[in-house]
Amino acid sequence: MLARNWPVMLLSAALMIGLVLPLATKASPPGFYIEVLLGGLMAGVLYSLVAMGFALIFKASGVFNFAQGAMVLFAALAVARLAEQMPLAVAVVLAFVIMVVLAWLIERLVLRPLVNQEGVALLMATLGVTYFLDGFGQTLWGSDIYKIELGIAKEPVMILDNVFQGGILVNKEDFAAALVAALLVTALSVFFQKTSTGRALRAVADDHQAAQSIGIPLNRIWVIVWSIAGLVALVAGIMWGAKLGVQFSVSQVALKALPVVILGGFTSVNGAILGGLIIGVGEKMAEVFLGPVMVKMFDLAGGGIENWFAYVLALLFLLVRPEGLFGEKHIDRV
Amino acid sequence: MAERRTGDVILDVKNLSLRFGGVKALTDISFDVREHEIRAIIGPNGAGKSSMLNCINGVYQPQQGSIQLRGRTFTHMNPRRVAEMGVARTFQNLALFKGMSVLENIMTGRNLKMRSNLLAQALRIGPALREEVEHRAVVENIIDFLEIQAYRKTPVGRLPYGLQKRVDLARALAMEPKVLLLDEPMAGMNLEEKQDMCRFILDVNDEFGTTIVLIEHDMGVVMDISDRLVVLDYGKKIGDGTPDEVRANQAVIDAYLGVSH
Repeated sequence: MLARNWPVMLLSAALMIGLVLPLATKASPPGFYIEVLLGGLMAGVLYSLVAMGFALIFKASGVFNFAQGAMVLFAALAVARLAEQMPLAVAVVLAFVIMVVLAWLIERLVLRPLVNQEGVALLMATLGVTYFLDGFGQTLWGSDIYKIELGIAKEPVMILDNVFQGGILVNKEDFAAALVAALLVTALSVFFQKTSTGRALRAVADDHQAAQSIGIPLNRIWVIVWSIAGLVALVAGIMWGAKLGVQFSVSQVALKALPVVILGGFTSVNGAILGGLIIGVGEKMAEVFLGPVMVKMFDLAGGGIENWFAYVLALLFLLVRPEGLFGEKHIDRV
Repeated sequence: MAERRTGDVILDVKNLSLRFGGVKALTDISFDVREHEIRAIIGPNGAGKSSMLNCINGVYQPQQGSIQLRGRTFTHMNPRRVAEMGVARTFQNLALFKGMSVLENIMTGRNLKMRSNLLAQALRIGPALREEVEHRAVVENIIDFLEIQAYRKTPVGRLPYGLQKRVDLARALAMEPKVLLLDEPMAGMNLEEKQDMCRFILDVNDEFGTTIVLIEHDMGVVMDISDRLVVLDYGKKIGDGTPDEVRANQAVIDAYLGVSH
């Protein structure tokens, strides 16, 4: 698929060279390099989760759900505040129930009345949902910074210190998070491939009318899809909250996930995962290793690459492969 | 055409009217369909044929009238209930699930009949596995019937048009419908493909006893295979009867050939 598309090859090659250059030029000790890589992967997992939420909903209902980031915040707030009054596990389950109810309400009050409206109207509606959730979360649970305690030791652990000089510092919490994310992705893919409900979801994603004709109720499917997006948001929210605290900036993660879905393809869950990892690693590497080089070469103030790297990469991808890595290619007959 | 074993009325449309804003798509349409019958709805472009099908299918909600299906009367249908009552349909413009293989597409037609729980399905254990095997057997039967064995694993998008139409039909048949609605099953086909499709429609009707309601443009084909026809023009019914009766109907001739005023 990629073999015949040389601009994509070129871009991928540039990314790969960028990835190995710091090691090849001995600009960084290997231990430090791996730490940066792992840090990037961790951020990438979070981006992937949020982007997955986007892709799921876009695929099934053609709605670009701008509120995915707000859902992450809302879920994280729910867990953080509920966990103050009850055991964490109960709080998480309760938060999931809240997300399902939310999905149902969104379907009833926002999507159903807007069926067959223009995509822009639906995008605006989800923008409205975003601000509502931001505000309503604050109304319910307050606007301080809250903590989610997962009960996993925060102190970084030194591993492989006999292999590399200085060893590698890793966070147990990060590993747990990556494991949970991997489990979630596996469970979802089994659900989509093997179950009749999963099949129905894929059917709806492909063709609404035909799905209806074989007796798949669209409204119920939308509630399920939004609930799954809610579950994904919940997992992302818990990870984020445990790492950096629950605060309103969490909602901005949606803006970081946007280039991820462009990279991965709007309708592809696998693309969202891969895109998230590429951007997570890419921006960390660029910040840490490309930044100083640019400072030296052009006498700049440096820093800030992390903020724009994802978007520049997404723009490049739009130029060479607009449908994204795994997106559907549309060839319209004219 | 040999006499067919038609039975009681299975689908009865009564005084159905459908408007989109100020546009009258259907005005006071009544007709019935008998069991085992092949019933065609014909008419010039924009006559309301597809709208009619969409009303029966529950996609459009008519403002007036009712539809009686297998003894139950509805003023509002919804697609899910219609499907549960054994009505399947195919589409004028292909509406296949592009992301799936031929086999998967046809398997979706079994979705309503799947009963085992999600977890069992995901893990492929016990009754869920048995159920999957049973459904698969039904689907394999249909695949043989429609002669698409060679394309089981092919993504539907790669198939030529005529075969895609066949997959569309296969998916509908997988629902084991009592009534099959066919929206221009032969549109855009070449002669050979049309002949194949005709043969399949007649065989379905014959072997499974499925009642068939079809919309078609190709007059020759319609006259050959249907038992009775409804003729629509500008949303009104202008003719109803056997092919011979319809052929002799002056209003129908006018609608198709035009009249000088």
